[in-house]
Amino acid sequence: MNAPLVDTSVSQRLGIVDCDIHPTQRSVADLFPYLSEHWREHSKSIGPHIRQGLAAMQAYPRMMAAGQRADAYPAHGGPPGSDLDLMRRQHLDPAGVETGMLVALSKGGMEERNPDYATALAHAVNDWQLHDWVRKEPRLRAGVVVPQEDPAFAAREIRERSLEPAFRQVILSPRSIEPLGRRRYWPIYEAAAECGLTLGLHPAANGANPSTGGGWPTYYMQEHYAFGTNMQSNLVSMVFEGVFERFPRLKVALIESGFTWIPAMCWRMDRHWARMRHEVPHLKRPPSEYIREHVWFATQPIEEPENAAHLPEIIDWIGWDRLLFSTDYPHWDYDDPKYCIRFRMTEQQRSQLFRDNARALYGLT
Amino acid sequence: MSKKRHVVAAVDEVPPGSRKHLNLAGREIALFNLGGEFFALGDKCPHESGSLCAGKIVGLAEADTPGHYRLSRDGEFVKCPWHGWEFDIRTGQSWCDPTRTRARAYETAVAAGETLVKGPYVADTYPVRVEENYIVIDV
Repeated sequence: MNAPLVDTSVSQRLGIVDCDIHPTQRSVADLFPYLSEHWREHSKSIGPHIRQGLAAMQAYPRMMAAGQRADAYPAHGGPPGSDLDLMRRQHLDPAGVETGMLVALSKGGMEERNPDYATALAHAVNDWQLHDWVRKEPRLRAGVVVPQEDPAFAAREIRERSLEPAFRQVILSPRSIEPLGRRRYWPIYEAAAECGLTLGLHPAANGANPSTGGGWPTYYMQEHYAFGTNMQSNLVSMVFEGVFERFPRLKVALIESGFTWIPAMCWRMDRHWARMRHEVPHLKRPPSEYIREHVWFATQPIEEPENAAHLPEIIDWIGWDRLLFSTDYPHWDYDDPKYCIRFRMTEQQRSQLFRDNARALYGLT
Repeated sequence: MSKKRHVVAAVDEVPPGSRKHLNLAGREIALFNLGGEFFALGDKCPHESGSLCAGKIVGLAEADTPGHYRLSRDGEFVKCPWHGWEFDIRTGQSWCDPTRTRARAYETAVAAGETLVKGPYVADTYPVRVEENYIVIDV
């Protein structure tokens, strides 16, 4: 137990893999080179119709700089995450990022209600990630954005993008119309598993249904907490509906949803399964085994118990090979790799958490 | 190691409500003018080291009971630009976790240019004129 508690030299000694970086368009015009004339005109004259009224606003006003790190606004204008040079200077270089996994939210079509516009946007955002980010910055990798309520198109997009090694995963929103275990989404899982692409689930700001089982929350603090409970419902759905039994090669990364709840949820599911499994005879093993085998968890926003030493005890239950380090740059709840891990680890655990697990999961070299 | 007096700005350069980022002897420092008084905090949030100099100046939102809100001590706190931790500009004390968390606070003073030019503390990096007042920090 002689490992240092807060190791500020970590990023110098160990290149890290950051599993949650958000690139943003300066405006929808950044996508125009990748949209047809029709959809360019649609973007200009009609605009988005995401699943909420007042589409240009956030569903919940956020306490900090519209949900961003207040120091991440580019000096020459545009939103945080829209300037590659600032991202390099403020994050990739000082944090020692060896590989950064892009998660392109917002205009990617995951929240767009117009189905044809959603497919056009998703395709354009994938081109934009490739040409405006990954080809300019070799440390970055893209995530295939798909309009998940159109699984047939999504599956085609996944197969097409999988031919380009810059794309290392498929991004889905857990704010789907139905729980993600439902069979309507299986063509997406079939394509991802076939192409060897991990499925990355990342919370979205808007969705088809209320963000909590109890309805629409009042405050942003409740909305932020709901990232975790929303992910739990979808993971339970995927397990019990038999997704992992049907797609044994499917790998799932839960991003920005916490991880301390995993052991308790698994204990509960296993107990239910032991007593009531005749309802789900397609499950051949205790639910926790599917999670242990198929699911990875990104760290940010890392839970901060009063006694930080409780966290490694929980990770012992989950498995040190299943955590992925993430920062959420440039959002307000960014975790700095030099300071956010406040518990002791062995050198091996440190390498796994900051780098090796992500390298293995995403096939990074 | 003995402290050294640093002349960091002319008083007029940091008007009330504003702040200035400093690097003194290798330390990042955020200097604030709070109603004509000067306070200096280490420019590193004790939580995850965000730059306090880039934070918003805020007051405290308080309520005795749901639905009855008031703003108090307006302009007396700086809020970290990352996670929003609030620190009392006068003391560096955290508002949400006052017993365990505190931003480093440095002593500041205002000195007449005359005393600085004559005295034992000669400004090393900042041009000092006899007729003006200056903010000084011992680090």
